[in-house]
This record gives sequence, structure tokens and C-alpha cells, in this order.
Amino acid sequence: MSLELKGITKSFGSLLANDSIDLSVGDGEILAILGENGAGKSTLMNIVYGLLQPDAGEIRVNGQLVSINEPSDALAAGIGMVHQHFMLIPVFTVLENIVLGHEATSKLGKLDLTSARAKLLALAKDFGFVIDPDALVESLPVGVQQRVEILKALMYDAKVLILDEPTAVLTPQETDELLEVIRRLRTQGTSIIFISHKLREVKAIANRISVIRRGKVVGSAEPSASQEELASLMVGRPVNLAPDKTPHTIGEVILHVKDLTISDATGRALVKDVSFDVRGGEVLAIAGVQGNGQSELAQSIINLEPHVVGSMTLEGRELVGMSVHQSLHEGIAFIPESRELDGLISSFSIADNLILDTHREKPYAKGITLSPREVFAEAEVKAKEFDIRAQSIKDPASSLSGGNKQKVVLARELSRPVKLLVASQPTRGLDVGSIEFVHERILAERDAGRAVLLFSTELDEVLALADRIAVMYAGKILAIVDSGVTREKLGLLMAGVVE
Amino acid sequence: MKKFLDRVLGTALLPALSFVMAFVISGFVIAFSDSKVLKLASSPGKFITTALSTVGNAYLALFQGSVYDPNLAHGHGFLQGLYPLSETVVTATPLILTGLAVALAFQSGLFNIGAQGQFIFGAVAASYVGFHFTFTPVLHVALALIAGVLSAAIWGGIVGILKARTGAHEVIVTIMMNYIAGFFILWILKTTTFLRHGRIDPIAPEVNPSAQLPHLAGNNFRLHAGILIALAAAYFVWWLLNRTTIGFRFRAVGANAAAAKTAGISVGYVTIATMALCGALAGLGGAVHVLGSEYALTADIAGNFGFDAITVALLGRAKPLGTVFAALLFGALRTGGRTMQSNTTTPLDIVLVIQALIVLFIAAPTLVRYIFRIKNLKTQEALASKGWNG
Amino acid sequence: MKNLIAMKSFTATQRRQTWLHIVLFIIALFELKAFGFGNPANAKTTFGFTLAKEWVLIHTWIIGSATGSYLFSIIALIAAVVAITLIALKKRAGLATAVTGLALMMGFLCWAAAGKFIPLTGMLQGSLLLAVPLVFGSMSGLLSERSGVINIAIEGQLLAGAFASGVVASLTHKSALGLLVAPLAGALISLLLATFAIKFSVDQVILGFVLNVLVIGLTDFLYKKLLIPYQTTWNSGPSFSRIEIPLIGKLPIIGPIFFNQTLIVYLMYLIVVIITYSLFKTKWGLRTRAVGEHPTAADSVGIDVNKLRFRNVLIAGLVSGLGGAYFTIGSTGSFSKEMTSGAGFIALAALIFGKWTPMGAVSAALLFGFADNLQGTLSIIGVSIPSEFMLMVPYIATIIAVSGLVGRVRAPKADGIHYSRGGSH
Repeated sequence: MSLELKGITKSFGSLLANDSIDLSVGDGEILAILGENGAGKSTLMNIVYGLLQPDAGEIRVNGQLVSINEPSDALAAGIGMVHQHFMLIPVFTVLENIVLGHEATSKLGKLDLTSARAKLLALAKDFGFVIDPDALVESLPVGVQQRVEILKALMYDAKVLILDEPTAVLTPQETDELLEVIRRLRTQGTSIIFISHKLREVKAIANRISVIRRGKVVGSAEPSASQEELASLMVGRPVNLAPDKTPHTIGEVILHVKDLTISDATGRALVKDVSFDVRGGEVLAIAGVQGNGQSELAQSIINLEPHVVGSMTLEGRELVGMSVHQSLHEGIAFIPESRELDGLISSFSIADNLILDTHREKPYAKGITLSPREVFAEAEVKAKEFDIRAQSIKDPASSLSGGNKQKVVLARELSRPVKLLVASQPTRGLDVGSIEFVHERILAERDAGRAVLLFSTELDEVLALADRIAVMYAGKILAIVDSGVTREKLGLLMAGVVE
Repeated sequence: MKKFLDRVLGTALLPALSFVMAFVISGFVIAFSDSKVLKLASSPGKFITTALSTVGNAYLALFQGSVYDPNLAHGHGFLQGLYPLSETVVTATPLILTGLAVALAFQSGLFNIGAQGQFIFGAVAASYVGFHFTFTPVLHVALALIAGVLSAAIWGGIVGILKARTGAHEVIVTIMMNYIAGFFILWILKTTTFLRHGRIDPIAPEVNPSAQLPHLAGNNFRLHAGILIALAAAYFVWWLLNRTTIGFRFRAVGANAAAAKTAGISVGYVTIATMALCGALAGLGGAVHVLGSEYALTADIAGNFGFDAITVALLGRAKPLGTVFAALLFGALRTGGRTMQSNTTTPLDIVLVIQALIVLFIAAPTLVRYIFRIKNLKTQEALASKGWNG
Repeated sequence: MKNLIAMKSFTATQRRQTWLHIVLFIIALFELKAFGFGNPANAKTTFGFTLAKEWVLIHTWIIGSATGSYLFSIIALIAAVVAITLIALKKRAGLATAVTGLALMMGFLCWAAAGKFIPLTGMLQGSLLLAVPLVFGSMSGLLSERSGVINIAIEGQLLAGAFASGVVASLTHKSALGLLVAPLAGALISLLLATFAIKFSVDQVILGFVLNVLVIGLTDFLYKKLLIPYQTTWNSGPSFSRIEIPLIGKLPIIGPIFFNQTLIVYLMYLIVVIITYSLFKTKWGLRTRAVGEHPTAADSVGIDVNKLRFRNVLIAGLVSGLGGAYFTIGSTGSFSKEMTSGAGFIALAALIFGKWTPMGAVSAALLFGFADNLQGTLSIIGVSIPSEFMLMVPYIATIIAVSGLVGRVRAPKADGIHYSRGGSH
């Protein structure tokens, strides 16, 4: 089946997310759509899937003009989608998730799952997936959840399958397996649209590559194109894929973590007996696939996690048991995983966001009274230093772009006296320009002799910044290796394989 | 200056339109439930004029009962004609304080439905100190107020502690605690300490004159010093929220608790402090009501002050100044409603309908915009509690 | 004691539950001392089991008050220890908790009614009746909240149903017509709730609150304006009488409690069964739970989230409106001002207490009905506890429940969050 998009245009307010986009994918073809974060890929695919309505443009399936107003229209036209954030209901079983929206019923409206169960098992067998139809989705590892998503699309005869950033949550090995599944789907005649910002994967899987930048198709490329070519096409200028890293001088141990265990409210251990050191002047990266305990470990360092056993010292002072406020003032800068949720208060002004942590200190406060004049004066200084681009520092943080939001967080966290920088997924969702800025700042902290603990699921980022790499798997640190390690070795560790 | 006018118009337009719509709809309710009007259904002309006059009379009585009554002024001077306005202020006084108790909670991201119970505890404690002890006048008033404030702060603080420690949702807890407080006052009025000598109906002794708040406009008017306390409280809340580090933390937690926590602000502390402060404000309302205008504690002392507080805070957009205006408005409706009920055949309860409708329309600016075909009607960020899991 | 020492390694829930049972244990000890040993030596407590003409097995059960309190307190002590052990072993302790509570209650009754007669069957029958509006209300909340719309307006829906059915039955002299309009009145309030919550994305908690004020205001107004002055035409409707179901209505104890009731009670059984079945066994139920948990996922497979929510909120209004009819044509036939007196909020509490499940909510509603009735019975037979404290019980129980003492209470994940594509949360 072929899918053709013509002149798709979509704007949100003054932002033109899709600007007259033309694309097509043929029968049994794998089209990769390459673009930076925020280039408009997801908007485009949500239009194809009926979750958004375009302002202009048309969609043709097998040459026939179709109107897709709802996801059900897309499903009926044979278009299936595996979303970046899984569309699975955690408290439902696999089978319930699969039948949702296509339920068969017997008398009295009773759900009839028998035929769906048979079809699911047959399909899973076809692909060599081992799947328990009655398992609760929330109990499954993400890799398996993704397979459920793929099976869900295939169950209802998707002839065009859209995969939106499907490898973001996978280990390198799982990624390889996924690519294998995609190739198999193609040989069975399914057309694939593979959306990614990762050059390596796109090169490995695509028959054809279309590059989107700022809502426009800026060109297409063959998979044989070099990574540098693809990158400069994607960003619009030559990109230095590896930031300049000067040789470093390692200092004393700053953060010493020993036998740290973190549990959730039900008593399940999420991080188990973790021990490591971070020294001044080095970047220790904690690599691993999302959901292996990194988020909890990062949060526990400033005591955001309630159930922690073990020891964590900063230059010899015990951190465990301190309040968040105390931890920060011991000299920790903390870049949270989600700027929108944890980093900023979007309805507060930029200036207020810059003093979230220090509002009770001089010069902002005298006793308990705040001094707005000092707050604004300091904010102007920081906005200049960190190149925060805003009309006014009195504007709400919600008016900023992703990159500028992250700069606000950085500016706030780095303006206290810092011994240790903890950065959790600091470049997630950012455009390349902002990524470069963040990377430079992180390395600058390292070069100034501070300890840096970087949590990242992006292998490229880990390899570019780290001096040493610790790999987390199922709540444990499997190994701490040198930055010279091979991708393959890291991939195996991320999948839990220790030689 | 023009900019300032624009801003005032912009922020006042939505409430004004909501106000008009609420009165129009309530007018229909008044007209179509009137037996005189209904009997004329066969002759449209008379029907309409009777309907209009019925509604007109009701609203006229509402105005005369709450702002200025020329009949009272007749022969007694203009000031006496303003007696209804002074009554409006008397009703609005506790309402300002309970309204602030709800508004402050909104600023910290909490929905305090418990002003009613907090009010009761303030009233009970103030009444007890008022009738049971004798002190020098100023000291006695102060002690009675403090007793009311403290006991209500503890009562409100319990909600904060439960929320901070166990995650119990404040909406549910405050609803339940209102009922508990309601039964508590019924019980305590039966105890020998509180039951007035020689009475069997639930009423406590009057507070001693030394504990009564002074009148502001002579003994012909019930207007008392409570309004000054309420206005001072409103200023205090504004100052706290906008000019102090504590208020900064309150607003930070209210706007995004996760980010506030990550930046080292203790959400639990803010929750407890907020609820205790809200309790204190509502309790102050109860104390002022007893010491200023009622003097004797009755089972129905809280009337609707705690519940009207919610509509007041919503209408006032959870801002201190807005809450003061909203409380004056709803106080006027209540006061005028009483006159309307006794002078016309229109029951006081239509006031509740008007209040609910005003708040409903203000909460749905899209609807108002659609009805009046206004494109750029200024709306502020919607107030939101965060669902059960929030 | 070892369990107590080991509490450090417990999860938060385990710890809270253990504390709850320790409190129950202490209450049982207190009961043993005060009621068991403190009872007048020769007093006897009589429990009555028959109401009317059912096939009699036992008429009355007479037990020495001291013996009874003593016996039941010890049962409660043992059950509490069993529960604590089960919790420590991470096993389900629900049954043991129930036994503890029941035994405490019986021990208390033996003491409270020393030398007196307790019509147990009559009390249970009364409890069921008092629970009727709570069950209807909590089912309404369930329908709405399982699909993601918080329903605080239950009180208003009940009141609207009560008013409409009372007035219509009075005007037409037909209780059947009253029964017909009651759900429509509830649905009308739901229509407002759904429109403002779903179409205009108004905060649902605030909205529900305001709708309650609106209905209270309207009914109070009309009551004073029409129902009082023209009472004979507007407010003197007929009401349903009891219907005894043949055969099972004659069963001892169970018969009079469950099967000698009015039409509204039988409708309640039917509705509870239908909702329980539909929510877990049908396509509609699967979709309803899906939009309440993860609306975006439901949307992505072609389910119209807001349409389903809208429909469910309307159905919820039908159910609670019908429940409102209980107050008027279901009992005396006439309407009085704010006669639901907070039943909607207790129904909401029952829903939460029952962890948003049909059976849980019904059980909680019955429990609250029992507490209410017990209070009435005890004040009639003259017990020295102020009735106000008995009346506080459901509210205190709810606070305990939402504080997590009876396990984790979790609302449907998307409950109260407006859904629109592209996600405004």
C-alpha cells in the first residue's frame, strides 16, 4: 500500500509546525523521516493518524484521496502507529489492550476475547514473540510493551505502520531486534514510516530518507550518505558531532555513594546496593535504558526520594536524611529529568524561576520580606550570562522555547556555590544548538574542577561527554568502564549482559 | 491611564457579564414560579408586564435591602437610608474572612471546602472565652479573638497534616470535617458549660460586654470593628503572598508542586502552614461574627458563611482584593435577600441561585464569549484543583 | 511484639495498616475492661431477629451482657492479632479486619443495651433503607469517575431527583410518573456538569460544588414559593408501599431485610448488578475504564473519549436522580428543604472508601447506613453516648479511609483531568 502526503500545513498560533510538506512511501518501502527535536515530525504523523487536523493539504492512500478526521479513519484506511509514548493502559492486560476499540461481543454485550486471543497468539508466534495475553501491561518491561504496541497495530491489518522514535526506550540489542522485525514486516508488504533523530539507525534501516527542518522538507538522502552529511542537512549547518573535550586533571573524591538502595512505596527495590565515586574534574555518566533506576538514583542525591537506605557523602558529609533544601545548599546543582514538570514553574516569571531555590537568601530577602527590585536585577545579570533569550525577564517561563527553559534551569542551579553537578537527561527534547550549549556548560564545570554526574539514555551523549561510564541495569550498576569502551560492549551491558 | 482603564475593563468585563446573565436567568425563575404571573399565561400582554413588575419589584427590594432605602431616609436623613448598606457590611465581614481562607488555599493549590467547620471552631472558642471570663475590654477582645484563631488553626492544620503525611485529599477531608464540626457544635451547646442558664434550646450565654467588638457608627447601626479586622486580614494575605518568602513558597507549590519540591521547597510544610493559616482566617471570621454582631453562640452560628466563602473566593479569582469585593457583593445579596423575602413574595434562596450562576459563568469564559460574541474577552488563568490524584 | 520491631522494614501501607489494627486491639482491650468486667452483673441483652411473618427459626437471643461483651472483645482481640500477623506476612487481612470490627460492634452492643432489647433484624432493615440513597449516589459517582469526570454534584442530583419526583407525583397523583421524572432531573444536572466540564473544561471539583449550590438554591426557592403555600397540590404526593417477594421474602432474617422493601430498593439491586456486570464484562465497561485511566490511548484506537464521558455522566445523573426519588415517593411522599442533608457527600465518601469499585462502594454505603441506623436505635433505647458522636462515625471513617489506613486508595488515573487532543493537563 502506498501513502502520499501533499502540501500538509499546520500552525499552532504563530508557530508554523508543518509548512506544506510533501512525502510519500511506497508499497513495502521503509521511509525514514529524520529531523531534530521540534522539527515538526510528530505533528506531521499525528495529522496522518487523525489526532490533529491539518490547516491545508491532502492525504492519499493508494492514490485515493482520503479524509482522516479521527484515528478510527486512519485505522480504517490501514494506517497503524506505534507512538513514542505507548498508548497502552497499564492496569489492563495485554489482551484487553489489544481488543480495546475493536471489541467483539456475544449476547448481553459480553466481551468475547476468544478469537482475538487466538489471532494474537498466532501473530506473536509468527514473529517469534513470547507474549502472555493475560499479563498486566504495567508488569511488562518496556521492550515487551513496545511489541504489544506493534502487535496491536498488526492485529487490525495496518498496511502502513508509523513508528515514532521507537528506539528511545530500547537497548542497542533491542534496537537491533526491532530493526529486524521492521525488515520482516517490509518483506510481508507492510510500508513503514520510521521517525527518528538518530542518524545511525536511520542509515541502518531506511530505503529512503527525508529530512525535515523547521516544519519543511529540506531534502532527501540515500542511506549511504555519511552521518556528517545527514547531520548538516538536519541542522542546516555543519555540525561538530563530538564536542571538544580537553584532557582533564582528576581531583579528590567529591561524591561517595555506598550501598545505596531505593524502594518505592510498596517496598519494591528500584535501585539495589549501588556504590560509586565521582571525583572533581571528571564526568561520570550513568548510562542505561530508561527505567532501570536512573531517575530514582538521580533524585535520591538531593533527597527527593523518600525510601532510601545506605550512605552518600559529599566531601565527607553524609547526605542521606537531609532535606532537599539542605542537600542543594551543600553544593549540589541539580538539572531534573523533566524541565517542564520539575525544573520550572511555567506560570512564574523567568526572574522568579531563577530564585526558586535561593529566594530566602540575601539580597532577595530581608527577614521574610522579598525585595522584587533585587530579584529583577539579578535576573538580568543571569539572563545575559546564560544567553536566555526572552523579551523580558518578567515574562512567564511558559513563553520560552525548550532550549531557553533549560538555560534558565542551568542558570539557577549553577549560580549557587557548586561542588557537584547532577544532570539528568539534560538535552532531552532540545534542538542541536541548545544541545551544544548545554554540553559546553557541562564540560566547563568539569574543567573548573567540579564533579559531574550525568544521567543519560543517549549513547552518543554519554560517549561524547563521559570520562567514565557506569551502566545501570535493573537497579544495579553492572560495571564502571572507561570512556574508550566500544559501543557493542556498552550495548551488551545495557541489556544486562556481563561477560 | 488608558492602559489602566483597559485593564480594569478587561478584568471587570467577564464578571460584569456573568452578573447580568445570572440576574436575567434568575429573573425568569422568579417570574415563572409566581402564581400571579402563571395565572395570566393566557393573555400574553398582561403576562409580560406582570412578570416584569414581579421581577422588578423583587430586584428593587433586593437593592433597597442592601444599599440604600429611601423609606428609611424619609424624615431621618440620608445616613439612616444607608442603614441597609451598613447591614451589608456586617454580613460581608465574616464572609471576607472565610473567603480569604478559601482564596489563600487556592493560591497554594489546595481546595479548602472546610471554612464552615473552621468558622465553627473559631466561633465556639471565641464565645467560650467571651462569656466565661472577664478581663479589661481591649484585652478580653484580643484574647477571645486569639482563642478563636488558634483553635480554628489547629482544626484546619489537621487537614494539612493529613494531606502532607498521608496524601489524604483535602477536598474529602474538609467536607467530612465540616460535618464533624457541625455535630460538635450541636453537642457542645448541650453541655452544661455552654447551655445558657434557664434555657433548653441550644444557645450559649452572651459574651460579656468587655469581649464585644466596638460599634463604628453609633448604636443605631450594627456596623462594628470587625470590618477593619477583615480588611486588615485581606491586606495581610496580599502582603504575605506577594511580598514575603513564605508567600513565594505558597505560590510556588500552588503553581507546580513538583518543581517547587525539586528546588528545595518543602511541600509538606507549605501544605500544613497554608491549611493552618486558612483555618486561622476562617476562625477569625467565626470569632468576629460572635464578638461583633451575634454575641451568643447558636447551633446555626455559621449559617452559610463557610460555603458562600467558596463562591466568594471563586468570584474574587482567589485574590485578596477580589475576595473583598466579592464578599461585599454576596453580602449585599444576602442582606437584600432578607428584605426581598419579607417585602415581596420572592424567597431569599434565589440569592444562592444568583451566586451559583455568576460563578458558573465566570468559570466558563468560552461560553460567555460565545453568547456575547466578544472575541477578545480577557480571562485569567483558570482556577483548578487537581483531581483526586493531584 | 516481634512484628512491631520488624515494622522498620515495612512498606508505608503495611505500617499504616498495622497501626490501624493496633488501635483496634487497644479498643478491644478497653472494651474488655470497661464493658466486659464493668457490666452490671446480672443484666442481660436481648437481640430480636423477627419482624413479622417470616418462617421463624430464632425469635430472640438472650445473652448475659457481661458475658457477651467479654466473649466478643476476646474474639476481637484474637482477630486483630491474626490481622496484624497476616499483614506482616504480606497476606490479605480483609476478613480478619471485618471480624475484628464486627466483634467490637457486638461487644459494644451487649454493653450498650444491657437489660434492653435490640431489634437486630429491624435495625438491619433500617440500615439498608438508609443506605439506599448512598448506594444510588455512589453508583452515580462510580459511572462518572471511572470514565474520568469527578462527580461532586451527587448531592445536587439526589436533591433534584427528590424534588422532581415529589412534585410530579403530587401534581399527577401518580407515583410511577414521579419515578419516571426523578432520573431525568438528575440527568439535567449531569447535563450541566458534562457540558461545563467537557465542553468548557471547567475544573470539575469547583463545578460540582457550584452545581450543588445551584440545586440547593433552586429547590429551596421553589419550596418556599410553591410547595409551602400550595401544599395540597404541590407537595402531598403518594408514596410506594412495601412489596414482599413471594417465598424469599419469608426467609428468616434475610427475607425482611432484603425482600420486603419498596420498588426503589429492588431497582437499586438491579442497577448495582447491571453496573457491576457492565463495568467489568462488557465492551462499554472496557472502554469506560480505558478513558478513565488513559484517555489518550483510548483516543488513539478510535474511541471518542469526550463523547463516552459525556454519555456516562448523563447516565450517572439518571442513576442518582432515581436515588433521589427515595427521599420523597420512596418514603413519605413529601419534599422538604435540603432533605438530602449531605447524603450525596456520604455517597462520594462511600465511593472512595470502596476504592472506586461497585462492590466496595455498596459495602461502604451499607456500613454508613448501619452506623446511621445504630445511632438512631441507640438513642431510642437510651444509651449514654451523645448521638452527635455516633453521627460523626461515617465522616471519621472516611477520613481514616482516605488517609490510607485501609490500604492504598487510588482514583482512576485520569479522574478529574480534562481531555483534549494535544494534551492540556
